[in-house]
Amino acid sequence: MKRNSLWSWIVLVLAVLYFALPLIGTFEFSLKMKRGVYSFEAYRVVLGDPRFQSTFLYSVTMALCTIALGIVIVVPTAYWVRLKLPRWRPIIEFITLLPLVIPPIVVVFGYIRLYNTSSWLPLTGSAWGTNVLLAFGYATLSLPYMYRAVDTGLRAIDVATLTEAAQSLGASWFTIMTRVILPNVSVAVMSGAFLTFAIVIGEFVMAALLSRPAFGPYMQLLGANRAYEPAALAVIAFAITWLCMGLIQLVSRFSKIAPARI
Amino acid sequence: MTDATAVAPASQPPLSGARMSFAWLGVVPFLLFALLALILPTLEIVIGSFTDQNGGFTLANIAHLFEPSILAAYWISIRISLASAFLGCLFGFLIAVAVGLGGLPPWMRSPILTFSGVASNFAGIPLAFAFLATLGRLGLVTVILRDWFGVNIYALGFNLLSFSGLTITYLFFQIPLMVLIVMPAVDGLRREWREAADILGASSFQYWRMVAIPILWPSLLGTFALLFANSFGAVATAYALTGSSLSIVPILLFAQIRGDVLQDPHLGYALAFGMIVVTGIANGIYIWLRMRSERWLK
Repeated sequence: MKRNSLWSWIVLVLAVLYFALPLIGTFEFSLKMKRGVYSFEAYRVVLGDPRFQSTFLYSVTMALCTIALGIVIVVPTAYWVRLKLPRWRPIIEFITLLPLVIPPIVVVFGYIRLYNTSSWLPLTGSAWGTNVLLAFGYATLSLPYMYRAVDTGLRAIDVATLTEAAQSLGASWFTIMTRVILPNVSVAVMSGAFLTFAIVIGEFVMAALLSRPAFGPYMQLLGANRAYEPAALAVIAFAITWLCMGLIQLVSRFSKIAPARI
Repeated sequence: MTDATAVAPASQPPLSGARMSFAWLGVVPFLLFALLALILPTLEIVIGSFTDQNGGFTLANIAHLFEPSILAAYWISIRISLASAFLGCLFGFLIAVAVGLGGLPPWMRSPILTFSGVASNFAGIPLAFAFLATLGRLGLVTVILRDWFGVNIYALGFNLLSFSGLTITYLFFQIPLMVLIVMPAVDGLRREWREAADILGASSFQYWRMVAIPILWPSLLGTFALLFANSFGAVATAYALTGSSLSIVPILLFAQIRGDVLQDPHLGYALAFGMIVVTGIANGIYIWLRMRSERWLK
């Protein structure tokens, strides 16, 4: 395969240049807030900004709620389809892929029209209701990834045998779900959860159009008004994404060393 | 709603055939969620785009889409999506081949795939900041080119807030996404096929043109459609880069929903409907081709 080497290296060098330069450029720019010297001033300003803290906390909370909602919706469904309704598989899979077809901006536009204050379910009328709506929106965003991760996880275990074994020991459906199935797909669930976290934490469109004080709209606002702080935010956001992907790698590697116990 | 199975006929053993007819109750929570969070809102938009102010059927909203300014917005959106999808496919494929077919040392595979996972999710607002800091008027690359090489890209007509600028920016998540999706297909190319081609005297070019590319074609084309839809629906990066100065469809719709520009909500419906049609076609092609290509990946 030696004939591939030369141009492979050329491709790699070009790719490294393209992907590294924006990251280096952003990092370098974020250090230039003080004239003439490199400093972490921009980071200090951003991290000390009370609006950063409140919006970031809000988005982290939303991400955790979304993950919880996603697990509650996806895991029992994927399990049930594998166990009892294999014929429904194509339909369910098709629905989970819909969020890739319908752009988020269209979904949230639908929310605003469907759940406005004069509708049958006036969710946008209160802050609490809008938060619920946003969590639903985020859950749809993560649906394709979450479902696929969990379904792949379920494929690796013998769902029918585990269920029958648990049933013969007198377990209820709730016990089967929480103490048999969930622990066995925990790696898959965690992969989906970290990916969801990475998607939700900086999400802009849904939060902005539902007027929620999330991290995405805050970043946009800062970007429109400041020079150096946005670069610092971009570095922070990249680090968070990297952390989430690293954790996915970590949990899946961990699972190879210690396979799921039955 | 802690547990979907609570809705199912509880603690009935899955043995008797008569009970099986109630098994569908187990997916009711999921279907309810999909209906409320995904399907009804979308239907609302679709129906709204065919409805006039009084609730009657009309095609006037759709006709609005063919006004020159809106057609221009669709056209530039489609051009950016086509360009970033095409280049994303091309470079992503080259990287996947370099990684998958042994041109690079095996230890590089894992870091490259991990980075692809990170970069394909590094979109939205921060991506715009990163490119402003790199290719903006005072960005690192702009300044290096100007001071070291005497090339002022802005004097040459480059602008980050334009077709080419947005395309270059979108490639940052398009290329890695392509690498991730096409990697299994490239790994599915069997060594035997290459050896068979070699034994029959095929050149490297002939092998790619007559064996590898035809096998990979459905997954390449399918991923192209997915990347197209991916950038067509993207709002945040473009909005943070350009504000409202570049009229691409998602930005137009965003402004419309915010109530900044136009006052007719039914035009908003029509804009959104147009987006669904475009991404729907693209994804339909993707799903269809994906099914065709999967038989080679056994």
